[in-house]
Amino acid sequence: MQYTEIMVRYGELSTKGKNQRDFVSRLGGNIRKSLHNFPKLEIYPKRDRTHVTLNGEDSEAVIERLKQVFGIQNFSPSLKVDRNMKAIHEGVLKMMTDQLKPGMTFKINTRRSDHNFEMDTNELNDDLGGFVLDHFPEAVVKMHHPDLILRVEVRNNGVFLSSETIQGAGGLPVGTAGKGMMMLSGGIDSPVASYLGMKRGVDMEMIHFFSPPYTSEQALAKAKELTSHLAAYAGSLQFIQVPFTKIQEEIKEKVPEGYLMTVQRRMMLRIAVAIAKKRGGKAIFNGESLGQVASQTMESMEAINDVTNMPILRPVISLDKTEIIKKAKEIGTYDLSILPFEDCCTIFAPPAPKTKPDTERTRYYEKRIDVEGLMKEAIDGVQVSEIKAGQNFLNQNEDVFAELL
Amino acid sequence: MIYFDNSATTKVAPEVLKTYQTVSEKIWGNPSSLHNMGELAFNLLEQSRKQIADLLNVKPHEIFFTSGGTEGDNWVVKGTAIEKRTFGKHIITTAVEHPAITNSMEQLKQLGYEITYLPVDKEGRISIQDLKDAIRPDTILVSIMAVNNEIGTLQPIKEAAEVLKKYPKIHFHIDAVQGIGKGIQSQIFNDRVDFITFSGHKFHAPRGIGFIYAREGRRIAPLMTGGGQEKNQRSGTENLPAIAGMAKALRLLLQNEKQNVQQQQSVKETIYDHVSKFENVTMFSHRNEGFAPHILCFAIKGVRGETVVHAFEKYDIFISTTSACSSKKQVESSTLAAMKTPEDIATSAIRVSLDAENTVAEAEKFNQVFDKLYAEFAKLN
Repeated sequence: MQYTEIMVRYGELSTKGKNQRDFVSRLGGNIRKSLHNFPKLEIYPKRDRTHVTLNGEDSEAVIERLKQVFGIQNFSPSLKVDRNMKAIHEGVLKMMTDQLKPGMTFKINTRRSDHNFEMDTNELNDDLGGFVLDHFPEAVVKMHHPDLILRVEVRNNGVFLSSETIQGAGGLPVGTAGKGMMMLSGGIDSPVASYLGMKRGVDMEMIHFFSPPYTSEQALAKAKELTSHLAAYAGSLQFIQVPFTKIQEEIKEKVPEGYLMTVQRRMMLRIAVAIAKKRGGKAIFNGESLGQVASQTMESMEAINDVTNMPILRPVISLDKTEIIKKAKEIGTYDLSILPFEDCCTIFAPPAPKTKPDTERTRYYEKRIDVEGLMKEAIDGVQVSEIKAGQNFLNQNEDVFAELL
Repeated sequence: MIYFDNSATTKVAPEVLKTYQTVSEKIWGNPSSLHNMGELAFNLLEQSRKQIADLLNVKPHEIFFTSGGTEGDNWVVKGTAIEKRTFGKHIITTAVEHPAITNSMEQLKQLGYEITYLPVDKEGRISIQDLKDAIRPDTILVSIMAVNNEIGTLQPIKEAAEVLKKYPKIHFHIDAVQGIGKGIQSQIFNDRVDFITFSGHKFHAPRGIGFIYAREGRRIAPLMTGGGQEKNQRSGTENLPAIAGMAKALRLLLQNEKQNVQQQQSVKETIYDHVSKFENVTMFSHRNEGFAPHILCFAIKGVRGETVVHAFEKYDIFISTTSACSSKKQVESSTLAAMKTPEDIATSAIRVSLDAENTVAEAEKFNQVFDKLYAEFAKLN
């Protein structure tokens, strides 16, 4: 049904003492960004809850979007009606028709902040309970643990009816934990890692390495599409694309096959760290999970990690592949991740990479390439764009198609 | 020309034909190809799927394209039988289904499945009590049509859905080939249904295209195995021009649905109110809410249906004996037989089936011709 406003409650952040104000205003901003395509909405962040006035915007679509915003514990859509019994009755009837199924138990829970209203709390409970029973003879009143609680709040500016409490995404508002750089390949793991990082409040920026002509435009579009999907949890995300062709060609030419991948990853990490420092990032995030493939053994991590002392956080480090896939399906990135476009990690993958590379030897082989020069060139070619939730990259012919369909 | 045989097939809409042609000429790559042409075709395929899903308020991955109603019915029935064979071999359907269902069931019977055909009353409707009584621990599928294709009876699918809520493991299939765009989507897409079959050419899309809805999480075995299209559930290169055309046809069908349903209802009533007055006429469809707005079936005593069809044809009016699929065979209507209609009356049955483009003026013309023919037929008796 169409509601008129939504009351948003916070979870963890209520306990955050003096930081609370920052958290609340950050959450308000995130809600605003995430709901950017509903221009008529009004959003009022307050200390203990945030009020969203819908002004006629589609409540179901807004509810769906709110479910994804981190930092929201739960929220209740409500219906605002005029302060007279006729209007209240109409509103109650509308909500109960929608939600009270035969055989369900219910109770009315009235609160009255305006003591001048014609009925007091008990009279209202009584009147509305009777009203519901008249219209839904099969309904049963139950005071303890009813299936449905209809909350009625009489305030000076109107009467607010609500009955549903919808679970939010939990976590902390994106941005409250500082900025991190995510190494987003386009596979299954890195989007899940991004999600988990954002859930802990990290303002994630996506770094994607691409190697035309070895990787296609579609692979780049896929990474952007994944970012747009993840942006639903943050409002919007910065997408940083790094040209990687030259580096890969150089490594392929000069480094022994067994160390190709290790050196390549070290270059990626160096570039990511350089970008992080430039943009105020405090950590690098990636989708590594222990023991999955060649690059993800502890030896390999050590050899790659050797290039920086900036923290490298790996949110999915201890998850099984099946657990990661399950999560990817939950957050809706799985179907995108499995689209069959080559990314830069797979094109030059040697048939037998060293699973236990030696850090000293890696350093030795790496001297064969011009690390500083190649890095500078790649960083000069970086392009940054802002990607918003719901933006479309894989299917840019939508307008052409609109005429056909 | 007055075309009153829309349950047999409908004319492809000009807008749909235009889409079909444009896609055939410009977006003819194979959606599975990796290059740009394939990519473009793939995107149009998915966009079409999304449009259909949005129009029906379901998720895009719950829509699977087929070659039409017969394939959809075959797939759900046999696909369930294969998928769930270890859980049981009992299937419930009704005595008035389309042959695509009935003959699939008969084939399964040969393979050792047990089929219960629910009987129908005088209006061609099953009873919910019969359904309740028929359910067994080894029942794997209940398949019920939304709208009967011969006389237009609406089956109590919502009530059936309520019953089946107590048996969450049974697949519930609705054959909605005649039920789309007739104002009953909310009954068809109820919260218990698992599979629904649709056919494009019943709503102005080309032949050879249709789709099924399959609720997320419900599995049936594929019948078409091969290159893995449709998430490995229905292989075969996608018929993209027809798919895009069908997505458009569905949009056009649903955009003025309420008004269109009213229009068909008033055309139906105009004919109903006229012909039902005649002594020798037996009405099988009725005016009440238990019947679809677009199908009207009745018989003129003593005159074979085929004779009536040809007599109307002389006046450029096209109607049919019951279902087009069986009308060329010399069998009486299976629905009417299930309703225990005496054979001599059943062989006289004719069906008028409407579309939003039909008008009350056409109905009045039909009535005039009917009067003339009725008088001529009276001489025969």
